Amino acid sequence: MIPITHSIALSGILFLLGALGALTRRNLIAILMSIELMLNAVNLALVAFSQHWGDQAGQMFVLMVIVVAAAEVAVGLGIVISLFRNRESMNVDDASLLKW
Amino acid sequence: MTLGLFYFFAFIAIAGALGMLLNTKNTVAGALSLVVTMCALGAIYVQLDAYFVGALQVMVYAGAILVLFLFVVMLLNLRHDAFGVAGRLKPALATLGAIALGAGFLSLLPGAFGPAEALPVGFGGYRAVGAELFTDYVLAFEVTSLLLLSAMIGAVILAKRKID
Repeated sequence: MIPITHSIALSGILFLLGALGALTRRNLIAILMSIELMLNAVNLALVAFSQHWGDQAGQMFVLMVIVVAAAEVAVGLGIVISLFRNRESMNVDDASLLKW
Repeated sequence: MTLGLFYFFAFIAIAGALGMLLNTKNTVAGALSLVVTMCALGAIYVQLDAYFVGALQVMVYAGAILVLFLFVVMLLNLRHDAFGVAGRLKPALATLGAIALGAGFLSLLPGAFGPAEALPVGFGGYRAVGAELFTDYVLAFEVTSLLLLSAMIGAVILAKRKID
């Protein structure tokens, strides 16, 4: 059995990498992928806690997170496509429609 | 043995994440290295007694979500004009902050959790997960269908050719 500290450490590292990608990359698709990575890190933490305390509720949360991630990607990529049609660009700095 | 396997897959997951993070030239390669990360995480879920979730991880994340990413990347015909990172100072500061945060987090971990509980028989298998999903969490499960429906309609409307 894997000690929970190992899984949580891996989860923290993956979350930091995802946050780093979301903060520093300028490519819209790369930012979306970084968000996916962060969601996966949270899923790993939930699964690890679920095993540690012998409670399946964590795995239920993971199922819900997976569904939300799928919906988020579908809508997010729809926004990316319509943005690309209007701006001919994938740079987040060009997506300033809501800025005042 | 199991711990060695865990380290192996953890290494692969981190390497795939780094590949996605550092590959600023080629978005397709970045998405494919994220597929590697997802598959490695699926293997780790299996080691953590979450068999059903591990299978779903490979099917939904590596199979559906990342394929959607690849689809969009190839649809939009992106060339090598990949905008790397924002300047030089901000990424350096962000990296330093992340390293500090990660070191603090890792230093808190040892001894933070009590001893593990014993697992019931069949824990994390499709039978136990399904029984719990369709009894205690059936409301959340049903609401999920509404979420998926609205996301589907939203994605279709957003990706239409003209926004009126």
